[in-house]
Amino acid sequence: MAKHKTPLLDQLESGPWPSFVSDIKQEAAARAKNVKGLDYQIPADVCEDLLGILELSYKDGTTHWKHGGIVGVFGYGGGIIGRYCDKPLDFPGVAAFHTVRVAQPGGKYYTSAYLRQLMDIWDLRGSGLTNMHGSTGDIILLGTTTPQLEEIFYQLTHEMNQDLGGSGSNLRTPADCIGSSRCEYSCIDTQELCYYLTMRYQDELHRPAFPYKFKFKFDGCPNGCVCSIARSDLSFIGTWKDAIQINQAEVKAYVDGQSPAGGGSHSSRDWGKFDIQKEVIDLCPTKCMAYVNGELKIYDKECTRCMHCINVMPKALKPGKEKGVSILCGAKAPIVDGAQMGTLIRPFIAVDQTMDKQLSDFDSEDEWVEYLDEKYADITEFVELVWDYWMEEGKNRERLGELMIREGLQKFLEKTETDPMAVHVQHPRTNPYIFWKEDEVDGGWERDIEEYRKAHAR
Amino acid sequence: MAFISAGYNPDKPMENRITDIGPRHYDEFYPEVIKKNKGKWSHHEILEPGVLVHVAESGDKIFTVRCGGARLMTVTHIREICDIADKYCNGHVRFTTRNNIEFLVDTLDKVNALKADLAQRKFDGGSMKFPVGGTGSGISNIVHTQGWIHCHTPATDASGTVKATMDAVFEDFQSMKMPAKLRISMACCLNMCGAVHCSDIAILGYHRKPPILDHEYLDKVCEIPLAVASCPTAAIRPSKVELPNGTTVNSVAVKNERCMYCGNCYTMCPSMPLSDKEGDGIVLMAGGKVSNRISAPKFSKVVVAFLPNETPRWPTMTETIKKMINAYSNGANKYERLGDWADRIGWERFFEVCELDFTHHLIDDFRDAAYHTWRQSTLFKF
Repeated sequence: MAKHKTPLLDQLESGPWPSFVSDIKQEAAARAKNVKGLDYQIPADVCEDLLGILELSYKDGTTHWKHGGIVGVFGYGGGIIGRYCDKPLDFPGVAAFHTVRVAQPGGKYYTSAYLRQLMDIWDLRGSGLTNMHGSTGDIILLGTTTPQLEEIFYQLTHEMNQDLGGSGSNLRTPADCIGSSRCEYSCIDTQELCYYLTMRYQDELHRPAFPYKFKFKFDGCPNGCVCSIARSDLSFIGTWKDAIQINQAEVKAYVDGQSPAGGGSHSSRDWGKFDIQKEVIDLCPTKCMAYVNGELKIYDKECTRCMHCINVMPKALKPGKEKGVSILCGAKAPIVDGAQMGTLIRPFIAVDQTMDKQLSDFDSEDEWVEYLDEKYADITEFVELVWDYWMEEGKNRERLGELMIREGLQKFLEKTETDPMAVHVQHPRTNPYIFWKEDEVDGGWERDIEEYRKAHAR
Repeated sequence: MAFISAGYNPDKPMENRITDIGPRHYDEFYPEVIKKNKGKWSHHEILEPGVLVHVAESGDKIFTVRCGGARLMTVTHIREICDIADKYCNGHVRFTTRNNIEFLVDTLDKVNALKADLAQRKFDGGSMKFPVGGTGSGISNIVHTQGWIHCHTPATDASGTVKATMDAVFEDFQSMKMPAKLRISMACCLNMCGAVHCSDIAILGYHRKPPILDHEYLDKVCEIPLAVASCPTAAIRPSKVELPNGTTVNSVAVKNERCMYCGNCYTMCPSMPLSDKEGDGIVLMAGGKVSNRISAPKFSKVVVAFLPNETPRWPTMTETIKKMINAYSNGANKYERLGDWADRIGWERFFEVCELDFTHHLIDDFRDAAYHTWRQSTLFKF
C-alpha cells in the first residue's frame, strides 16, 4: 500500500517510454522490502515521500523545493547541492534531499563492478535515486541528508578512488563525446584531453575562485555530439587542416549502391537510389566537390570541414591526417543577456599525431601526465590566458561570453595573445566607428590649437 | 536507524583525507576491443534502428545496442543494467550524451539474444525498461533538467514532460524515417541547465509573473545590492517598506512592466519567489542545431509563446510538437535539419504548415539583437 495516493503520476506509468514513476515505485517497494536487511541511513520511505511531494506539484503547478542551503564537504566549494523541501512535516522523508555530483569517467564507459559499488553506497546512504547523467555530465546522486555527506565522500575517495564533480563558481566537470575510442570521425582523443585537463585543474574544479561557473567540453569532430559549441565556455572541437582522405573504390561502392549511404542512417524510409550528385556534391556548403568520370574530386582549400560528405560515405572518406582542435569561447544559456554560442578564437591548435602513447605505456600516471603536459602545452597556455583575463576583469556572476561582449572581441584576442584574422568574423564591421589606438595614428592625439589657428581663422 | 560510520572522523576532518583525485581513468572501463582499436576505427553501419556495428582497421568489430532510458533512474534499475552487462557484455556498459544506455557486444548472435532479452523487460506499470532505438535520422532521447522532482526554480516538470513527449514520438525513436536527425531538449526554466537553446525542438519551462516580495524577511535573508544587481532589465531597486505592524524595513521594489520573469533575482534572493500555477507553463522553440554539418550551428526560435502546464501529460504540448514534426517530415529534403527547412521555406510558411498562430510575443524586442531578426527586404511569401 503506497504511503501517498498519486493518481496524476500514475498516469505517467502507461505508454512505451521507460516510466520514471514506475521506477521510483519499484525502488520504494525494494526499500520497504529491504531483502538485504540494510540499516538505511536516510528515511526508508524517502521514495514514497518524493512521489508524494511530486504529486502535490502536479496538483498545484508549482515546485516544493526551497533554495539550496550551504552544505558541502570539508575543503571543497562544490560537488554538493543543498536542497530542502517546503513541506517537511507532510513529507519528512525528503525534508533534506541534497544532491551529490560524482565526476563521471571519460566517454561514460563503465564496468558493472564499478556501478554496483557506487549503488551499494547510495542504497545505504541515499535515496536510491540517480540521474545518469546530469546535464553537465556528472553522475548525479539525488537526495541525501547532511550527516551522510562526509561519509559518502569518504567512501567514494577511500573505497572507490573516486572524486566529486563541480558546482558553483568553479570549473564544472568537463565532458567529452565518445571520441576516437569508438568513432572513426574523431580527430582527437577526447577522453585523453578531457581527463588530462580535468586532472590538471582539480583545484579550479573543487575550490571556487572564478567569477561564475566555467565549462569545458570536447567534441571529436564538427558534428558536435557533446554540443560543446552551445554549452561550454571553452569548446574544443577536433578538426583537420589537410586534405580529406579519399578511397575512390569505396566511393564507387556507394555510387553503385553496395554500401549504405550514411551507414544506413535513413533506412526506415524509401528515399530512392543513392545519388551522389544530389546527396553529396550539391549539398556541399562550399561547392568544393565534383564527381567526374567516376572519380570524386575535392578542392580541399575551399572546404570548411562540415562533415557532411564524410557522414554520408564513412567508408570512403576520412578526415585528413594533420589533426588538431579549434577552440571557441563564450557559449552559455540565456541567463542573463541572452543565449550565446561559442566564438571561434583559435582556428587550429595542432595535436601531434605521433604522440600516441597511452597510460599503459608508462610506469606511472605522473610520467604519462608529463608526456601530456608537452603534448597539450599550447592548449593549456591558452586556457590559462583566458582564465587570467576573466578572473581579472570578469564581474561577479559574469560568464566569459558576457565579458567578451562587454569588452569586445578585439580585447579578448589581445588578452589571449591571438592575432586577429578574417576567420574571426562572419563579415567585417558595417560601421566605421573604429576606436583607434593613439599609437596607431601618426603624431598621436596631442595637438596645439595655436598651431592649428595659424592655418584656420576662428 | 543507527548511524554507520564509513571511517570519517568529524573531530579530525583532515586525517587521512583524500582529495583532488578526479574521476576514474577511462582505461579501467574500456572493453578490450575498444582499448585495442582506439583511434583505429574504419567505419560504422547502423544495422537497424538502435543497433550499430563499428569496424576497425584491424577487422575487429564491436556491436552496440542502444536503449532509451529515463535519466532519472534508481539503484534497482542500474543493478538490472549491470546484470545485463554481466550476461552479455563482460560487464561493460556505457551511456551516451543523450542519456541512452549502450550495451557493447562482440558478435551478432549476442546482439540478437540481447535484443530479445531487452524486449521482454518491462516495468510493473507496463512501460518498457530498455526500448532499443535512438540512432540515425530518428528522434533520440531527450536531454533534460530536474523540474519539480528536485529544483527550486522550475516553471514545469522535466521528467513528466519528457515521458509524455517520448511516448508521443516513440515510433520515431525506433525508426529512422526523418529527413535528418531530430533532437528534442527540455529545460524547466530559463537557467537552462539543459541548454535547449540550440535544439531542433526545445521544451522550455517559463514563468510569467514578476516575483512576489516577502518584505518582512527579505533584508534578513538576502543581500539587497546583489538582488538589485542581478536584474538584467534593471527592474529592481532598493526601497523602504512599511509593514502592516508599522515597522519600516529595507526591501526592494520591482517595476513589473520591466520584468521578463527570468528568476535571476530569486536565485540571489529566496524572498522573491516567482512560481505560480497560472503564470507558469511551457514555451516551445524550434529550428536550432549544434552540428556544423551543411550549415552553421543555430539558435532555436520561439514558436509557441505559452502553453499551460496540463499535468500529468501535457496533451496540447505533445500535439503541437507532433504537428511540427509531421510538417517537417513531410516537407524537408533528405539531410535537411528542421531549422534549415524552416529557413528554406520561410518562417511565415513554417507557421502555416505547422498550423501555429503567430502572435506579437514571437517578435524579438530584447536589446539590439532584436533588430537583426526583423525583415529588411521585400522577399516574403504570401
